[in-house]
Amino acid sequence: MMASRERLYAIGADYRKAISGYDKIVKICCGTGCISSGALTVYDELQRVLSKRGLSSKQILVKKTGCHGLCERGPIVVFGDDEILYQNVGKRNIERDIAALLATINEDKIEDELLYKGDDKTKRYMSSFDIPFYSGQTRIVLSLNGVIDPENIEEYVGYGGYKSLHKALQMNPMEIVDLIEKSGLRGRGGGGFLTGFKWRSCRQAQGLPKYVVANGDEGDPGAFMDRSLMEGNPHGILEGMIIGGFAIGSNHGFIYVRDEYPLAVYRLSKAIDEARHHGFLGRSIMNSGFDFDISIFRGGGAFVCGESTALISSIEGKSGEPRAKYIHTTEKGLWGKPTNINNVETWSNVPYIIDRGWEWFQSIGSDRSKGTKVFSLVGKVKNTGLIEVPMGVSLREIIFNLGGGIQGDKKFKAVQTGGPSGGCIPEEFLEIPVDFDSLTKLGSMMGSGGMIVMDERNCMVDVARYFLKFLIEESCGKCTPCREGVRRMHEIVDRICRGDGSMGDIEHLEELGKAIQLSSLCGLGQSAPNPVLSTIKFFREEYRTHVQEKKCPAGVCKNLITVSILPERCTGCMRCAVECPVDCISSEKKEIHGIDQSLCTKCGTCFDVCRFGAVKIS
Amino acid sequence: MEADEGKLSVIIDKYDGDRSYLLAMLQDIQREYRYVPEEAVRYLCGQLRIPLAKAYEVVTFYKTLSLKPRGRHTIHVCLGTACHLRGGPGILETFERELNVQTGDTTENGLFTLETVNCLGACALAPLVRVEEKDFGKTTPANAKKIIREFHDGEEL
Repeated sequence: MMASRERLYAIGADYRKAISGYDKIVKICCGTGCISSGALTVYDELQRVLSKRGLSSKQILVKKTGCHGLCERGPIVVFGDDEILYQNVGKRNIERDIAALLATINEDKIEDELLYKGDDKTKRYMSSFDIPFYSGQTRIVLSLNGVIDPENIEEYVGYGGYKSLHKALQMNPMEIVDLIEKSGLRGRGGGGFLTGFKWRSCRQAQGLPKYVVANGDEGDPGAFMDRSLMEGNPHGILEGMIIGGFAIGSNHGFIYVRDEYPLAVYRLSKAIDEARHHGFLGRSIMNSGFDFDISIFRGGGAFVCGESTALISSIEGKSGEPRAKYIHTTEKGLWGKPTNINNVETWSNVPYIIDRGWEWFQSIGSDRSKGTKVFSLVGKVKNTGLIEVPMGVSLREIIFNLGGGIQGDKKFKAVQTGGPSGGCIPEEFLEIPVDFDSLTKLGSMMGSGGMIVMDERNCMVDVARYFLKFLIEESCGKCTPCREGVRRMHEIVDRICRGDGSMGDIEHLEELGKAIQLSSLCGLGQSAPNPVLSTIKFFREEYRTHVQEKKCPAGVCKNLITVSILPERCTGCMRCAVECPVDCISSEKKEIHGIDQSLCTKCGTCFDVCRFGAVKIS
Repeated sequence: MEADEGKLSVIIDKYDGDRSYLLAMLQDIQREYRYVPEEAVRYLCGQLRIPLAKAYEVVTFYKTLSLKPRGRHTIHVCLGTACHLRGGPGILETFERELNVQTGDTTENGLFTLETVNCLGACALAPLVRVEEKDFGKTTPANAKKIIREFHDGEEL
C-alpha cells in the first residue's frame, strides 16, 4: 500500500479515534530490565484479571512499552499520560499489587506503597514529572520510549511519527544535508564526528550504489541506550535512516545489531515489516519516487565490530578485522562503495531535527556539543537506569541529583565513562560539563554513553585489570601493538593485583600505554590503554599501595586481603552464613560466628550483607 | 551425520546462497544445533564454494559461535563492567563450584554449559545471569544455586 500524505493523516486520525474510546491507559514497561524483574508476569496477570469481565465497566487499554528508564525500580507501571507512576510492581506480592492496580483503574484509588519514595522515606512522588530522576532530564530521542507500544506502527504515527519523513521528501536532498550540518549534531557512537559533514562527503563521493548503516553493535559493557532505543522506538531509527538515505542518495540501509539483543532484533524486524506494509519503506516511498529498503544484520558478539571498518568486514561476511582508514568509509565502505555509518542514537535524532528545525537543536546543549545525550547510569548509584540530558550538564548533577547518590550512602570514588575506550574520573572533576571535548581532555571519552559509578569498595587497579582482560579477549589480533601490548599491560597489572608488583611497574605501564596509543591500527587499540592511564593519573597512590605495601585499600584483590568477623559486633544473626556461597562460616543462632580461612574464597558477600558492620576486610 | 542436508539447504536458501551472509547462516546453524557441527561447515563451504579456512576464520572469530557441542541449557554469566563491580565474578565462581565445571565447559550429564558474556545490556540490574531466554537480575551467590535447581529438569546434579 502506498502512503501519501493523506494516508499518513488517516493512520494518525484512526489511532486517535481508537484511543479516545478508552477510559484508562495502563502502560507496563517491557524493556529488558523490567522484563527480568517480572514485568511480563504483571502484564499477563493484569490482562487475565481484566478479561474476566464484570470487574471493570471501563474500557481499559493495557500496553507493553519500551524502557521507561528507571530500571532499578522495575517493573514500572504508568497510568495515562504519566500522571501516576508505580514502581516495583509485583516484586513482593503480585496478588496484592494487581489488586492495587485494579483499584486504581476502577476507583482512581492511589496505592501509596507503590509510589516512588524520596530519600527521607516520607515524601512520595505521584507522577514521573516530580521524581528528580525524570524531572532533571530533557527527553528528545527517548520521548516516545515508555510511551508507545513499539510493536504498533499506528501508535508511532499517532504521536507524529513519519511526519518528518514526509517533510524531508518535499525538500532538496542537499538542503537536508545543510540542515543537519547546521544543527551541529555530532555522532553519538563515541567519536563525536560531525554528522552533516559525514553525510556531505558520502553524498559527494563517486560510485553507486551507496549504503547507509545504523550501528547497533553496542559492545560497550555498561551501556544499553542503543538497545533501549531499538527495543523501545524502532520506527524512530528507521525514519532517521530513510531520511538519511534520501539525503545521501542511497537506496539501501543496514542495521547491524548484536546477536545478544534478540528482543531488539525481533522488534526491529516487526517495525520494518510494518513500515513496508504502509509504504514508508520499499518502492516510491510516500509516492515520492524514492526507493529505500532496510535489512537487519545480526552481529556475532565481537566488540571490535563496533568500529566502522570492522563492522563493514563483518557485513561482507568476513571476520571483523578493521583496516587503516587512509580512505574514509564514506568513499569506500561496504563492498567498496560509499557508505555512511551512524550510531543508532544519531539516526534517532534526525527526525526531530527535521521536524523542529536546526535552530531548535542548536539551542540545546553546550558550546561545541549540541543536543542531548542518552546515558546509561549504572554501578553503585541509587537510581540505575537510562537518562537523557542536554550536553553540558555536570557529572555531579547526573550522579547525585538524577542518580540519587551512592548506594548505601557509601563514599563516591570515581565514574567510568566511555567503556573500555574511556577512563575513570575522580571526585575533584565532578563539576565538569559532560560533553565530547571536556571528557576527552580528562583522558576519558563520551563513548556511546555508559556511565559506571564506583564507590570506596571498588579497587581501581582491579578495574584497570578488568578492562585489560576484556580488551585482550576482544582484540581482533590484526596489529601487533594491540595484540601483544595490551597482553603485556594485563600481565603487569595482574601481577600488581596479586601482590607481586615491583618498583617501576607503574612507570612501565605508562610508557607501554602511550606506545600502544600511538601505534595501533584502529580505535580499539588506540584507546585500549585509557582505563589504565587514567586510573594511574588519578589514583596513583592506590597503585603504589598495592606495589609497595602489598595492600588493597578497597578490599577487592584477593591475595592482599583477609576476611574476618569482629566478635564484639557480631550479633549471631546468621545472615552472612546463609548467604556465604561456600558455607565457610560456622554459625549457631545468637552465637558469635567465625570464618574458616582455609575455605573462604574472599568473595566479600558476608561483608556486603552484614547489617552490623561485623565483617572486617583487611 | 548429525547435521542433515535438508535443514542446511533451507538455511542457505533463506539467504539465496549469497556468501556475504556467511555469518548469518552460521548463526542460524548454531540456533538449530546449539553449536556449529563440523559437517555443517563442510557442507556450507561446498555449497557456497568457499574454502574451509575462510569459514573457520569466521566461526572462530565471533564469540557467539561455538564449535563445541553445548549442553541442554547454557548459563550465561554477564561480566560487563557493572556486573563485575557488583559481584559478577563471585557468581561465576559459584556456578563453577556448584556445577563442577570450568567456564566454557559442559557438565558431564550434558545438562549445563557455563559461559560468560561481556554485556547483556541490562546493566541496571547487575549482576545478571541469562539461562536460555530468561534473565535473572541482581543475582547473589545464593540465587545462583536456585537458578541451577530451576533448570535441572529433574536430573540429579
